[in-house]
Amino acid sequence: MATRGNRIRWNFYFMGRVIPYLILSLIGILFVVPLLWVIFAAFDAHATLSIRIPQATIGNFVSILTDEANQRSFMNGLFLSLGQSVLVVIVAGLAAYPLSRYQLKYKRPFMYVILFSTSLPLTAVMVPVYQMFALLQFQDSLIGTMLFLTASALPYAIWIMKNFMDSVPIELEEAAWCDGASVWQGLRLVVAPLMLPGIFTVMIFTFASSWGNFFVPYILIQSPEKLPASVSIYQFFGQYGLVEYGKLAAFSLLYTIPAVTLYILGQRYMSEGFNFSGATKG
Amino acid sequence: MGGLISKSGLTGNIYLRSFLFLLPSWVLLLLFFFGPILMTFFFAFTNMSLTGVASRNIEFVGFKNFTSMFSDPTFYTSVTNTIVFLVFSAIIGQQILGFILALLMRERSRSFRRIIGVLVLAGWVTPEIVVAFVWFAFFGDQGTANTVLGWLGLKPVAWLHQFPMVCVIIANIWHGTAFSMLVFQAALGDVPKEIEEAAMIDGATGWQRLWRVILPMIRGSIMTNMVLITLQTLGVFTLIYALTGGGPGIATETLPIFMYHQAFVNYQLGYGTAISLILLLIGIIASILYIRLLKVKI
Repeated sequence: MATRGNRIRWNFYFMGRVIPYLILSLIGILFVVPLLWVIFAAFDAHATLSIRIPQATIGNFVSILTDEANQRSFMNGLFLSLGQSVLVVIVAGLAAYPLSRYQLKYKRPFMYVILFSTSLPLTAVMVPVYQMFALLQFQDSLIGTMLFLTASALPYAIWIMKNFMDSVPIELEEAAWCDGASVWQGLRLVVAPLMLPGIFTVMIFTFASSWGNFFVPYILIQSPEKLPASVSIYQFFGQYGLVEYGKLAAFSLLYTIPAVTLYILGQRYMSEGFNFSGATKG
Repeated sequence: MGGLISKSGLTGNIYLRSFLFLLPSWVLLLLFFFGPILMTFFFAFTNMSLTGVASRNIEFVGFKNFTSMFSDPTFYTSVTNTIVFLVFSAIIGQQILGFILALLMRERSRSFRRIIGVLVLAGWVTPEIVVAFVWFAFFGDQGTANTVLGWLGLKPVAWLHQFPMVCVIIANIWHGTAFSMLVFQAALGDVPKEIEEAAMIDGATGWQRLWRVILPMIRGSIMTNMVLITLQTLGVFTLIYALTGGGPGIATETLPIFMYHQAFVNYQLGYGTAISLILLLIGIIASILYIRLLKVKI
């Protein structure tokens, strides 16, 4: 009797405790294996398509980083993404102010339109955007591409910025007005510093998604010397054909690192974002 | 007191000031976002082309683009492909795997949970073009998948040629599951422990608790997640384009790839716009559904 009871208990324990760990570990392994290949191949002098222990070298990274075309594509990507995220923060921050502070008749419909726009697939508008750029003679321009990317990121950014601004107490601003500050000064000197976590969140996520965006610059930019890293990496597929997988892996890794770093940073700001609402207490 | 101060802060015309604050975003949104959306409705009825005479003299052609679309067998294949891709990679793959992950990760040790979470999130934060490359290497003829088959004494498989749709579906599950996992982790975190415990005391088995307690309680999250991943997956271009190019043949040609091929490879911008109008309409319907589900307070 006792052994049977033990066995049932053990079975129960096994089902409830061990199985979930096994399943999760298996899923974890399946998720990491494809990624391991890039990391190994990047450090492999004679990388193949298959995962294997590398013949350790940093040669792949050196040749990627010393290549002028690659340097330029990283700089283009940086210009595009940094420019876009700064613009997005400024424009969305300005838009969020009246939406957060004033009672406006058109606020509800406006916010609904914004919310609606956040969920539309960007892919669907790329052909008309191209047509518009063609009509305006705006093609092949990094600035034009940046402005389009800014507009496409605005709905989400305005929404987030408004939420962050709602949690900055209006009393702090009123105190500043009392001391003779203008609305503009109040926004700049009181609200903006308190919104830093929100600003960083928007900036980081805008930068990361822009940095990873292939389709938009692929359609809007033609000159090879203007292409950002997200597009020039695709040219590798054809350029090196079936030979230099190590270099392609090294490029992928170098290109992925900024996005990953920013997402890690962003998560911290995301959770800190709402912790300053106690500013008026005490 | 407070009222008096805010009055002095709010002197001047609130509407004029709001207008000025909102002006830059309005200009950008109208010019680069809503403008193109409205233009879709116009260009879809023209013969605009990338090169040649029609690139300068745009002519109104009525429903010609749509009639040729509806008589094009490739269009129907791409609709079917889009549905298959959507159902298997997003609704079944990402959603169910994401839910299983979130469910199993509850009550596991903190460090274990974190490790698994990071591994799944790695697929999510990897840029789409790199995701394509990663899976190109995995399913390539000399890739990891075939190496593993070799260890097992099996013959290699030309994955990307024989099972291209399976490859893009797996790649998209790898890339997108983290999103559903995060949504369900948050949703499960909001399910009160007491209700589950009460069900347990009443003798409900694990399955019963899942079906009768947990799932009904997070129904809202399931629906919003479903709409969101549908919208995301509907727009997937880079992953498929770089991994298979829509091929072999038209085996993985989804609507965005079909749109791209017609507009930029076959130079039929008007036709391409007609396809993007279809995509846009599906997106608009899903977005309206999403807003309905959200019941946000503004």
